[in-house]
Amino acid sequence: MVEADEPGVTVRDVVIIGSGPAGLTAAVYSARANLAPLLLEGEPSSTSDQPGGQLMLTTEVENFPGFPEGVMGPELMGRMREQALRFGTEVVTAKATSVDFSSHPLRIRSGDEEHLSRAVIVSTGARSLMLGLPAESRLLGHGLSTCATCDGFFFRGREIAVVGGGDSALEEALFLTKFASKVTLIHRRDQLRASKIMQERALRNDRIEFLWNHTVVDLHGETRLEAAVVRDTISGAQRVFPLDGLFVAIGHQPNTDIFAGQLDRDAAGYLVTGPGTATNVPGVFACGDVQDHTYRQAITAAGSGCMAAIDAERWLEATGHG
Amino acid sequence: MADVITTLSSDTFDEVLASSTEPVIVDFWAEWCGPCKMIAPILEEIAVERKGTVKVAKLNVDDHPDLARRFDVMSIPTLIVFRDGAPAKRLIGAKGKGQLLQELGEFL
Repeated sequence: MVEADEPGVTVRDVVIIGSGPAGLTAAVYSARANLAPLLLEGEPSSTSDQPGGQLMLTTEVENFPGFPEGVMGPELMGRMREQALRFGTEVVTAKATSVDFSSHPLRIRSGDEEHLSRAVIVSTGARSLMLGLPAESRLLGHGLSTCATCDGFFFRGREIAVVGGGDSALEEALFLTKFASKVTLIHRRDQLRASKIMQERALRNDRIEFLWNHTVVDLHGETRLEAAVVRDTISGAQRVFPLDGLFVAIGHQPNTDIFAGQLDRDAAGYLVTGPGTATNVPGVFACGDVQDHTYRQAITAAGSGCMAAIDAERWLEATGHG
Repeated sequence: MADVITTLSSDTFDEVLASSTEPVIVDFWAEWCGPCKMIAPILEEIAVERKGTVKVAKLNVDDHPDLARRFDVMSIPTLIVFRDGAPAKRLIGAKGKGQLLQELGEFL
């Protein structure tokens, strides 16, 4: 950190935006490289857009190397955060609300605060997609949920459904069988895109039923969810499907709204990177799910966080600040 | 800090709410709920900073599912503000301190 041209204003070497596996790994690496990173970790929320990211809403993580017995998602993130703090990361519990990457130093605004930095690592991740139905906001928390681990408990002995066909949908469905008497998985196609191991577990579980080739087109219930209207994607026929709870796990969208017009994004909104983790703005690097719609794993996010920290460190050295 | 938040149970719930002269924010939570853990320290801060204006209490829904059912809690964290013993406002889901203060503004 040195004084900028404006007196009293410090310019950091690295500011990291986002605190999932990518951001926290970037923090560990850049802190160990004596870059004294500032980490804007986000704010509490019941969505995946919260400190720690998507793993905060999961239960058992079985595929993170080094944990042969598995580890709980929130515990894994708590440990990564401790490791980042141990080497001198400064953590601020706030969201970045806007950025100005049009000149150097780079500017990151968080509410009333502005941070100046030579390099920025973007690791804002992705958030769950909602169905986009008008009834959604009225019924969220009243039978409609995006967090099985938070709300599953309230559906003991009830009949519920999960919408989606990927790993997170199956993980939610399997978790919810601990409480619900029946879990119907509603999927728009006739096969799952989830991993083989998750598919086998779900297909083997006799509390899980599958409603193939159907989408949810409306929700019934004024103060509490009573039914979903489902549509057969082949015949187009619609029917009312009574249920007490509906959990949505239909995919993700990247958290890149604040970078619009400044960082290059692809058609789906993901940040475009390369070579390595570089974005189109010199000094701005991106890692984790915000730039990856292919792998989307904790370990690949962590790996790319490491890459971003090394890329940022080399960039600072090359520009005479290392 | 532990004493600033009253722990409610089925036995004490109605009495605590009826006897309070200030509005009471009741935090419906559970040990296994990550977002609940994130807002717990924020609620402690609010309890300290707004002492005398508002009370903060918590209810473990695992231990007292009867009360969760009675107030139709189907998602946690849920915060219900009771004024004169009756529910006056309900907030669902974890939020940052700024947003919580804003949404609870009328009681603070």
